[in-house]
Amino acid sequence: MNDPAPVTAAPLARLIEEFYKLPGIGPKSAQRLAYYLLRMPAGEARSLAEAIIEVKERVTFCSICQNVTEADPCRVCSDEQRDRSVICVVEEPLDILAMERTRAYRGLYHVLHGAISPMDGVGPEDLKVAELLNRLRSGEVQEIILATNPNLEGEATAMYLGRLISPLGPKVTRLARGLPVGGDLEYADDVTLARALEGRQEMRG
Amino acid sequence: MPLSTRLYKTEAIILRQRRLGEADRILTVYTPARGKMDVKAKGVRKTTSRMSGHLQPLTRCMLQMAQGHISDVVTGCETLESFRALLGDLDRLSRAFYAAELVDRMTAVDVPGYVTYRLFLDTMRRLDQGDDSDLALRYFEMRLLDQAGFRPQLDSCVACETPLRPEENFFAPEAGGAVCPGCVPGQAGARVLSVNALKVLRLLQRGSYGDVARVRMPPDLTQDVERHLRSYIIGVLERDVNAAAFIEQLRRGRLPHPVEV
Repeated sequence: MNDPAPVTAAPLARLIEEFYKLPGIGPKSAQRLAYYLLRMPAGEARSLAEAIIEVKERVTFCSICQNVTEADPCRVCSDEQRDRSVICVVEEPLDILAMERTRAYRGLYHVLHGAISPMDGVGPEDLKVAELLNRLRSGEVQEIILATNPNLEGEATAMYLGRLISPLGPKVTRLARGLPVGGDLEYADDVTLARALEGRQEMRG
Repeated sequence: MPLSTRLYKTEAIILRQRRLGEADRILTVYTPARGKMDVKAKGVRKTTSRMSGHLQPLTRCMLQMAQGHISDVVTGCETLESFRALLGDLDRLSRAFYAAELVDRMTAVDVPGYVTYRLFLDTMRRLDQGDDSDLALRYFEMRLLDQAGFRPQLDSCVACETPLRPEENFFAPEAGGAVCPGCVPGQAGARVLSVNALKVLRLLQRGSYGDVARVRMPPDLTQDVERHLRSYIIGVLERDVNAAAFIEQLRRGRLPHPVEV
């Protein structure tokens, strides 16, 4: 980025530089955001700055499920009402929110923080796989639900984990893949349709 | 520009994808007529997208495209071949990732690639059908090197140009091929090239896939040929191929680092 120092006050130039480092923010957006903050009431700007510091200082990863949390262990892992024999393995913390919205699942989670992507150089050692295997040592876990995304990377991750975990004892299951609610059969690709056919269920009238 | 020239159709194999914005993706695809292209697919990260299933990496599909200012946009698509057996087998899938990464790294954007497209498609089909996946990959590597203009010299010594004799020679990736024993001092990174390994490399370079597929090799010779080709490719790319590490991991069948108790 060009050095705006000659015409811009140094603190403002620094703020522009900091915004420019963020994903999806180009030089113009960085300038706009910085000038917007300049005109903002001091209280609001301070609140934003404090929120950034607080998120870095107070939010950590749960030592059990690797989800982002304020307290370790996280609320799900420390909840006695939860079923401790099932672990649902997801790629990202946001996936837990999606699963929780269903209110259909009462077990525990494990966040991998990514998916295996060999072409991008992301291998199992870059994910929280060893932490997951450690959780299986107690023998308490009866089932692992692989809830990685139904795309190529997610499938590769699920196959890899299935291969690692199956010999250790727990039942390994994969979320069903098939037609989305609101979708059209005629537009479905053959992989999705074939899997929907494999996973068809009897209608109970 | 008239409407008809702004819209076009092309067959393509999806190499890789990356996220863009809220629900879009940029896809790197390989096409016969224009070679490697980066195209934009809008809204394909939504679960109700009609295109997302057709645009998964390693799928061969027919794309309907509209020319855009920066990159062309996918307006419609249909799967032609989804290689389902390959997608359900981690070992073969890891080889397909490797082949796709190699096509991505070895080819340039917007250079017609009819021959390379054919080679890549044949390789995907071989992996899908359950052929010896390592042999299929070696053939693919050697032919791709050839097509990209990096054919290794295997008949005469790269240093003194004398024809190689049927004896233990050396392979020097940085020099561009085989080196005779007399010239090996001073060749950086040269490794022993056995008579059999040289024969196999020559067959990969000149024989048809049918000839190659008939060869039965002991495991140490297979490894030897793989090491030579790998070192040559690293020399050409000036970097390692990412997917190779994953193939190695699957071969070892365990985690790369010990699990702490």
